[in-house]
Amino acid sequence: MIGIVATVRLRGPLKRLAGDRSEHAVEGSTVGDLLRALERDQPALSGWILDERGRVRRHINVFVAGEPGSEDTPVSAGDAVDVLPAISGGAQ
Amino acid sequence: MTELLVGTKKGLFALEGEPGGPYEVTARAFDGEPVEYAMRDPATGRVVATVTSPFYGPKIFCADEPGGEFAQAEGIELPEDGDKALERMWVIVAGEDGVLYAGGDPGVLFTSTDGGASWELVRSLWDHPTRPEWKPGGGGLCLHSIVPWPGEPDKLALAMSAVGVWLTDDRLQTWRNGNDGLVARYLPEDAAPSLTFCVHDLHRAPRRPERMFMQFHGGVYRSDDAGSSWTAIGDGLPSDFGFPMVLDPADPDSAYVIPLAADSDRVTPGGRVRVYETRDAGETWTARGEGLPAENAYLTILRQALDRAGEGESLELYFGATSGSVFGSGDAGASWFTVAEHLPPVYSVRTA
Repeated sequence: MIGIVATVRLRGPLKRLAGDRSEHAVEGSTVGDLLRALERDQPALSGWILDERGRVRRHINVFVAGEPGSEDTPVSAGDAVDVLPAISGGAQ
Repeated sequence: MTELLVGTKKGLFALEGEPGGPYEVTARAFDGEPVEYAMRDPATGRVVATVTSPFYGPKIFCADEPGGEFAQAEGIELPEDGDKALERMWVIVAGEDGVLYAGGDPGVLFTSTDGGASWELVRSLWDHPTRPEWKPGGGGLCLHSIVPWPGEPDKLALAMSAVGVWLTDDRLQTWRNGNDGLVARYLPEDAAPSLTFCVHDLHRAPRRPERMFMQFHGGVYRSDDAGSSWTAIGDGLPSDFGFPMVLDPADPDSAYVIPLAADSDRVTPGGRVRVYETRDAGETWTARGEGLPAENAYLTILRQALDRAGEGESLELYFGATSGSVFGSGDAGASWFTVAEHLPPVYSVRTA
């Protein structure tokens, strides 16, 4: 059975770690599912977006079809899931 | 020629020069990323660095040279599906038999037997039954001091903030605490016994390994029984609060500290930068400030930002401040020179 396929879009160092490719079609019903599938396809990404607990790292933002999301956010077929560093200036 | 690896808030800097200066920046790596700590593995000569990206989490990287291509190490992570994530890697130390140790937050120790390319979590500490009682210090639950015993690979001492001293004599299998004599002024005098001892730095005199020195969170201490018990030796210092400490390997009675004004005012006291030296195991302390800023200088020197090269008459000392300045001495602290100015805030200084 083929599940929901969405496109994870990466930038910067995450793109470089993922074979220097920004768009990745992966399968899953939630953001967490997609990101774990992406880690399996691109092992160099392991630990960079999701931490050991399977949570999106604190200073990374995920958007699903333009709306802010988390690892539990459901995705629909064809959604674009953007993974971006948060705007955390000031402290760093 | 001395090489310094300087971890900063904005990357790793390699500097080279002769005591007396000037030193040249020969490489920069991890531009813009916080580099907590970098060292050369004495067994391989390779550079091993800890980087804690605020976005992508803590990692360890290795390269042949500081300006070379760094490869990410494997295994720097906690068990999956637990309730904790790795927050930060604080320190890397070469042990006996070519082993590397890495310490981090939350109170974790890793070992590597392949020069830092891959790491394994030390489960005896991770699974320690007292872990639920461990309290973090202001910098987190950081395992910052890893102290091998020369020639005795079974023995190791650790220190954590704020979980005190940990000792093993059976190659990481079992642990005991070494906190007798420490006075935690930040707790009520009648506080119930606990492990909440905020050690800031821990060192062993290599020529007399049962002799250890400690910078505590308010207090400087010496142990003559390999870290089991401690005697206060801070009298004579302008303040017994500070972070880094270093020893002269040639002299088991020696220690150097950089006092900061107080817990609540973590700058060099009186606007004057001075390193303090003892050569009698803490009976007396001598200020060493010739050549260091003596007016309007309110510097903060962090835990890993002091190191040495050589020993005895050829002892060199180096330290960096969060102001971005690095200072050095080629004569065991008798006189000082400026190694670098205007670097990003300095987290760590290690000689190679």
